[in-house]
Amino acid sequence: MILKRVVVTGLGATSPVGGDVPSTWAALLAGISGVRRLTEDWADDLPARIAGRVAVEPTEVIERVKARRLDRSAQFALVAALEAWGDSGLAEEAPDAERVGVAIASGIGGVTTLLSNYDNLLEKGPRRVSPLAVPMLMPNSPAAHVGLTVGAKAGVHTPVSACASGNEAIAHGIDMIRLGRADVVVVGGTEAAIHPLPMAAFANMMALSRRNEEPERASRPWDRDRDGFVLGEGAAALVIESADHARARGARVYAEVAGAGITADSHDIAQPEPEGRGATRAMQRALREADLAAADIVHINAHATSTPQGDVAECLAITQALGGETDHVVVTSTKSMTGHLLGAAGALESVATVLALQNRVAPPTINLETPDAELTLDVATEQRKLPDGDIAALNNSFGFGGHNVAIAFRSA
Amino acid sequence: MASTEEIRSGLADIVNEVAGIPADDVQLDKSFTDDLDVDSLSMVEVVVAAEEQFGVKIPDDEVKNLKTVGDAVAFIENASAA
Repeated sequence: MILKRVVVTGLGATSPVGGDVPSTWAALLAGISGVRRLTEDWADDLPARIAGRVAVEPTEVIERVKARRLDRSAQFALVAALEAWGDSGLAEEAPDAERVGVAIASGIGGVTTLLSNYDNLLEKGPRRVSPLAVPMLMPNSPAAHVGLTVGAKAGVHTPVSACASGNEAIAHGIDMIRLGRADVVVVGGTEAAIHPLPMAAFANMMALSRRNEEPERASRPWDRDRDGFVLGEGAAALVIESADHARARGARVYAEVAGAGITADSHDIAQPEPEGRGATRAMQRALREADLAAADIVHINAHATSTPQGDVAECLAITQALGGETDHVVVTSTKSMTGHLLGAAGALESVATVLALQNRVAPPTINLETPDAELTLDVATEQRKLPDGDIAALNNSFGFGGHNVAIAFRSA
Repeated sequence: MASTEEIRSGLADIVNEVAGIPADDVQLDKSFTDDLDVDSLSMVEVVVAAEEQFGVKIPDDEVKNLKTVGDAVAFIENASAA
């Protein structure tokens, strides 16, 4: 079967290292960490008191009355989607709304709205629960608001698969275009879970880094002294469209989003499968769908969150997926700088992967000072040039529940 | 007890906060829905904030009768006097 080609024509992001794509990309190339000590009083009692807050508060971009009706996760999504939509040129072109879709993921949904309204309920009574609480906290709220903003009528979706959600949204968008349900889809992910409850929960799972005195050095994928991930927040969005649609309107093409591979471990609700078999199959499926060979892959933006188990399992999976042909692959984990954006991670890292292909440069993995003995891959510790000519890259995301989603991109 | 103007002015600030309407536009003869574009969910937020600020109770059944800013101010005045 010949699959319709799908291309990336717009990018947007708001992240711990920048309030938009240019500033985020510049910070990633420069190896700048967005992780900071949390200054809120509630953080004092937590075992992990560091996080990657967004570099620019969304209320500096979205007007006040609109912002107060949006959960923080929806605010982020809107900022990222508006940038991507404008960047694609579609904001001025008024495309056929019935051919425009949205797939914006979230891992956790409107958790801060839920919990602040619960606080109101307990402290002040039911009368003080916001009438907007449900449309704000529902996980599809960011996607719905993006849909309202771009006027999407083809279908608005919210894939939820924990930390694989952002990539799953991209996969869903590809499918919508290939199945003929849409010509253009705004895809991406958002997360706003820096709140004491999720942070206590992650810490109690022993999943978070407790390097509280050195926030910028806490996220250290594949380093021997890594001790967990750092929670990040933000959103990223990509405008993807059929290559025919992009060509017809003369759009600038960043890269081709060539294929997706989705698998499940069926192993454990939280632990990665130690042999990385599910992750291996996800990458293999993405390569097959994209009609790419292992030799075509020059760059991988790894999931690598800086947890002891996950980073080495992924290392094994990458080696297996490429049949041992990893010498020519520059691997990186931008989470070393942004922290882990959960349901937004796949989207933000896809933006980084697309820009790496376009600019022929891989961003570094910072804090990799003493490589884990099981690290057998070529991980960039500073900016690395990527080859000229036709090149391709993978972006991996894996989530609690055993979800594995790999996206394959090809240079334009 | 607050004067009519004090209540109107306090209500105007609430409507501004909730719906972004300039406070000066929130005058006694203005209809919440027709003139100020305050939708039903925003009206619930306005009512709850007004209850807290003026220390009154505005029953849900009463809210539909508060068509204009003047209606709301009169209700709050009466409720405070009671």
